[in-house]
Amino acid sequence: MRAFDYVRPDTEDEALALLAEPGTSALAGGTNLVDLMRLGVARPERVVDVDRLGSTEVVERDGSLWIGAGVRNSDLAAHPVVRERLPALSRALLAAASGQLRNRASTGGNLLQRTRCVYFMDPTKPCNKREPGTGCPAVDGLSRDLAVLGHSEHCIATHPGDMSVALVALEAVVHVRTAEGDLSIPAVDFHRLPGDEPHRDTNLPAGALVTAVEVPLTPLAGRSTYRKARDRRSFAFGLVTVAAALTVEDGVVADVRLVLGSVAHKPWRATVAEDAIRGRAASGSVFDDAVRAELAAARPTDQNAFKVELARRLSVATLHELAGGRA
Amino acid sequence: MMVLGHDHVRVDGRDKVTGVARYGVEKRPDDALHAWAVRATVARGRVTGIDTEAALATPGVVEVLTWRNAPRLEDADDDELQVLQDDHVAYRGQVVALVVAETLEVAREVASTLDVRYETEPHDVALAIDHPGLYAPEQANAGADTDSARGDVEEGLASSSHVVEAVYETPALFNNPMEPHATVAWWEDGALRMVDSTQGTTPTAQTMATLFGLDEPQVRVTAEHVGGGFGSKGTPKANPVLAAMAAKVTGRPVALAWTRQMMFGLAGYRTPTISRVRLGADADGRLQAISHEAFSQTSRLEEFTEQTAEYVRHMYDSRTALTTHRVTQLDVHTPSWMRAPGECPGAYAIESALDELAHTAGIDPVELRRRNEPEVDPETGAPYSSRQLMACHDRAAELFGWAGRDPRPGVRRDGHWLVGTGVASSSYPAMAAPSGARATALPDGTFRVGVNATDIGTGARTVMLQAAAEELKVEPEQVDLHIADSDLPHGAVAGGSSGSASWGWAVAKACRALRSRMATERVPDEGLEVVVDTAEDLKGRASLARFAYGAQMVEARVDVRTGEVVVPRWVGVFAAGRILNPRTARSQLLGGMTMGLSMALHEEGLLDERFGGWANHDLATYHVAANADVGDLTIEWLPEDDGELGPLRSKGIGEIGIVGAAAAVANAVWHATGVRVRSLPIQPDKLLDRLPG
Ligand SMILES: Cc1cc2nc3c(=O)[nH]c(=O)nc-3n(C[C@H](O)[C@H](O)[C@H](O)COP(=O)(O)OP(=O)(O)OC[C@H]3O[C@@H](n4cnc5c(N)ncnc54)[C@H](O)[C@@H]3O)c2cc1C
Ligand code: SF4
Repeated sequence: MRAFDYVRPDTEDEALALLAEPGTSALAGGTNLVDLMRLGVARPERVVDVDRLGSTEVVERDGSLWIGAGVRNSDLAAHPVVRERLPALSRALLAAASGQLRNRASTGGNLLQRTRCVYFMDPTKPCNKREPGTGCPAVDGLSRDLAVLGHSEHCIATHPGDMSVALVALEAVVHVRTAEGDLSIPAVDFHRLPGDEPHRDTNLPAGALVTAVEVPLTPLAGRSTYRKARDRRSFAFGLVTVAAALTVEDGVVADVRLVLGSVAHKPWRATVAEDAIRGRAASGSVFDDAVRAELAAARPTDQNAFKVELARRLSVATLHELAGGRA
Repeated sequence: MMVLGHDHVRVDGRDKVTGVARYGVEKRPDDALHAWAVRATVARGRVTGIDTEAALATPGVVEVLTWRNAPRLEDADDDELQVLQDDHVAYRGQVVALVVAETLEVAREVASTLDVRYETEPHDVALAIDHPGLYAPEQANAGADTDSARGDVEEGLASSSHVVEAVYETPALFNNPMEPHATVAWWEDGALRMVDSTQGTTPTAQTMATLFGLDEPQVRVTAEHVGGGFGSKGTPKANPVLAAMAAKVTGRPVALAWTRQMMFGLAGYRTPTISRVRLGADADGRLQAISHEAFSQTSRLEEFTEQTAEYVRHMYDSRTALTTHRVTQLDVHTPSWMRAPGECPGAYAIESALDELAHTAGIDPVELRRRNEPEVDPETGAPYSSRQLMACHDRAAELFGWAGRDPRPGVRRDGHWLVGTGVASSSYPAMAAPSGARATALPDGTFRVGVNATDIGTGARTVMLQAAAEELKVEPEQVDLHIADSDLPHGAVAGGSSGSASWGWAVAKACRALRSRMATERVPDEGLEVVVDTAEDLKGRASLARFAYGAQMVEARVDVRTGEVVVPRWVGVFAAGRILNPRTARSQLLGGMTMGLSMALHEEGLLDERFGGWANHDLATYHVAANADVGDLTIEWLPEDDGELGPLRSKGIGEIGIVGAAAAVANAVWHATGVRVRSLPIQPDKLLDRLPG
């Protein structure tokens, strides 16, 4: 691993000034960045440790829960308000990684974790995301775990995380500081589709710091859940994940959120399905028809076609469980 | 006194869990240099240039070894060990240079940025059942015959009432012990000294002596603690060779360890296997024909033929039988030993095919096995020293509640789960290899016993101490045991489930000889010592078929929403001679079964033919079973007193747990869903579109 400078600034302003220099990376828990540095996938000249700058507070304010960027995944999952009023978030966090990693991983770092595409992780192979213009061997290669929705010919990677899928379903907002001022980015717009710039995972401006995540505490959020299908029972990234929320009044769906994880370069908010479900009976083939309509846009490879069927089954089952009060 | 056969905690357990025990490169001298391997990024070709100048100019870099300047090696009958001897690249990931530096960080960075140029040649890395390069090797591994035939198997099949024909596949599997391959080497007055993470210091020392043109006593290898091997450290890999070369060139001690990523390309692996199995039975389920054609891969450097068809040869009776091994050379690294080589993939194929036959013939799968119990080893005609296969099945059936099982597949539903049960047999040969041992009585009434065992985490150190104490009729605390040092009398490798039997035989012989001398001689001040070897005793053994047996029964549940498989309940019953230490035996059987679960559901080396090498090479992308995957495991063994096994009367339990395990899971998944997955691992994508809902 390349020798690098390590700086631990005392203030956010100092951090922002340091991050403005090219070749600089922010470091929080280090569970992703340090791995990538060891592998030679990330080769920063300077690492700015923001771990102690990030707020570790979780506070309720104006009908929302404010989560500091430095809050550990394990602490957030166990927080009583999260467990009771944002079950999808708690379950998503607990479905991720391992106990040790969750103890270390921060809220900010989790949002910015990188893809797990095996070519991206191997600097001896081409990859548009790691080295723009070198090509994407995954398109005709090992794509079983990769995207079925919203990808481009340049990259079919997925955002592999769990937490952000729940945050999109809960209509969270990511609060950001840049040298120019503060920004609020809706979670749904935080990650982006690859297009012809697959090296950009998110819409976070270069050199910006995530400071907090705000999650509205709505009745719908209290009726949310998270489901993860994976190749082993724990410590595995999702094949397909589902964050969903549903309220039913008199047998009719009052409101619904459906977000698919591990199927695209960003958490995939299934708006087509949501629109087809809202105001309809919470029974019969409504959910199945709606999810099928959403997935009509899927463009899988031979290796990952199963993810479309998996997304359908898991979504429909999860919605029915929510409707039946079983989730 | 009865020490053997009783629960004894690992004597080094406390040191291990408190971090006091030191492994491999942790035992490097303070002035040791660090080496880092540079690996080929092409699958086949030639190295045309390496820019060592820039590398050598980097502060901290002491040496860069390439094929041009590396010391020349003698032939040790394994071309995978001829590292840096010429410019050929035989596989992606092969070592093409070694950077030696004052610090690990410098060595690693310079290695990862070293400019190596290649001329590439077209490569071929994919095994197929019709691969044009398949040929019949002279022998399969461990001396197994390449082909064997009994009667006319085509006639046997033609005259059968029930026939099953299927192809079963297992992917490349990686041993992945916790401690990677690692060596510290230094030279003292022309003699080579090394601390190596190996399953046998005797063979490592012998191989190093040959490679470096030394006499065997000029090489000393020790391996006080070894963090697992699963076969991958059974024969030396490139690490001791490279470390010794670097130490020789620099004149300083050199430490070298593989990373986890390197463990997927420089440590050996289980070859992918393809098995074409045909079984024919008469109306009563008696086998008329067994045909097992096994296909596997090897490298261009060395022939290694997994003895996949060996399992069935000794397992079930059949009027006719045909078994064959074919292997093809590919541009890949050389496969190597991995827990139950041969038996493991072989039993997966055969025990799965038997399940299919049971269904076709309408016979309970346990009963089908009972009807094909042989009187003598079908392959050799030799009588069995003991064979309690069906007793294992019967006890497993009792513990599991097998009786009254509904044979129909895909009909049991519990909420969103489909539920099924499956069974498979297990068997593994009870081997022993020659070993020496030394026993010394000291005037203070204590003893020193030296045997070149290696404890790769199995508990061998503890069991050898128990064996010595029992034979000397003293408390274990009165024995000072020395193991894992090539300066001790030659010891067998910790492999083939034969370690305890082999070393224990020598320990028992030495201790008995010492006791009989003590009956007539006084212990002098310098102690009374005997040195023995068991080579002659082993030669004198009767020709018998010696095998351990087992039966495994599994409940599998498949989630119809996702195709995810869980295994909540698993019973394994074994008959493996005398169990020397129930605690360490249980953990071997449990470990073997868990590794079998992992093989059934998770493990898979992924190939991208365009690049060669393995595309997944870490434990985030190569899954092994996690704790949450393992359900309720019940393990029992049957009493077995077999007097034909050597003085310890034990059969070995290191490997049998994995044999048949994957088939038991696959059979249970079929019973749950009606879907027969014949290509491991069984992952959601192989089930999903055939599940209801
Ligand atoms: C083996 C393994 C399995 C895993 N399994 C899962 C899983 O199943 N599901 C899942 O969701 N995740 C999984 N993870 C990923 C894990 O969740 C992330 O590694 C973790 O959340 C990253 O947090 P961190 O604080 O350690 O980030 P770091 O590694 O410190 O940083 C990650 C990135 O975020 C940037 N960053 C950090 N903080 C900020 C900030 N405040 N502002 C701006 N940029 C910032 C860094 O510059 C870096 O680019 C797994 C990881 C491993 C190693
Ligand atoms: S899918 Fe994206 S990350 Fe993977 S190889 Fe292609 S460009 Fe790289």
